[in-house]
Amino acid sequence: MQDTPFELGGIKFHSRLIVGTGKYRDFAETKAAVEASGAEIVTVAVRRVNITDRGKENLLDYLDPKRYQILPNTAGCFTADEAIRTCRLAREVGVGELVKLEVIGDNRTLFPDVAATIEAARVLVKEGFKVMPYVTDDPVTCLRLQEIGCVAVMPLAAPIGSGLGIRNPFNLAIIIEQAKVPVIVDAGVGTASDAAEAMELGCDGVLMNTAIAGAKDPLAMARAMKLAVEAGRLAYRAGRIERKLYATASSPLTGLIG
Amino acid sequence: MSDSIATSIILNGDPYPLHADTPLTALLERLNVRRMRVAVELNHQIVPKARYDETIVRAGDSVEIINFVGGG
Repeated sequence: MQDTPFELGGIKFHSRLIVGTGKYRDFAETKAAVEASGAEIVTVAVRRVNITDRGKENLLDYLDPKRYQILPNTAGCFTADEAIRTCRLAREVGVGELVKLEVIGDNRTLFPDVAATIEAARVLVKEGFKVMPYVTDDPVTCLRLQEIGCVAVMPLAAPIGSGLGIRNPFNLAIIIEQAKVPVIVDAGVGTASDAAEAMELGCDGVLMNTAIAGAKDPLAMARAMKLAVEAGRLAYRAGRIERKLYATASSPLTGLIG
Repeated sequence: MSDSIATSIILNGDPYPLHADTPLTALLERLNVRRMRVAVELNHQIVPKARYDETIVRAGDSVEIINFVGGG
């Protein structure tokens, strides 16, 4: 059963798993985990170059931008202006227009500042960015971001790095039903079944970092996530059975012995 | 800067010695920074890569050089 390609801002992808590159032991492990995940899109953060230690290698030496779609994020930004500035700088590195917009509203929960996210998205879309905003799992916010011209909406499943899984599948279902752009669950996935659940709900993709990087064996978890996203997607397209309260026998009720 | 007292720039938030006007390209080379891996702001304005050669960094300027690091 051939799936339709996963399209973001006019770029087609086969993998529906987007992975972060933070929290790994080193770049070699980052690369190995990304490869095991089968992801074609990787998120990166924008930070000052380390001036005092220039012997350091660059992340892009391990993740070739010709092979991977680099998705710069605005992690650490608390205002629309900071996020806009970060996106402009990221674009100037030369890896395209796709950006993961996140404007954090609170340091403890890392929940997004919705008003600032919308404000930043408006400016960035006008400047030609292909904006993928990280947002609360709020259907109205997702609608607004879609109307502004974001190329995807990325509601959280649970707080960043929490591993709590999908806390509000009903909101996600509404967001998915309303969406005219891809819906990507971003943040909160803890293990493979969470990723599969997101895909079974009808999400177009899943974005995760800590669930893989923080696992005892990140490479094994990367592969587990790859399989979970594929399995969840396939199950969604296959169409699950209705939930019933009582049993329906799988074996014929006729021709019984006796 | 109109006076000649300043002998440094602010580079990524910290003072960095710069005794003469320096092309941005030369500064990046001195810092062992590859232009294809970074983006640069000079006095809060992004410098397009095509203009690195002609852009002159002067004492008192503020320079930001960013690159990509691991993130989620």
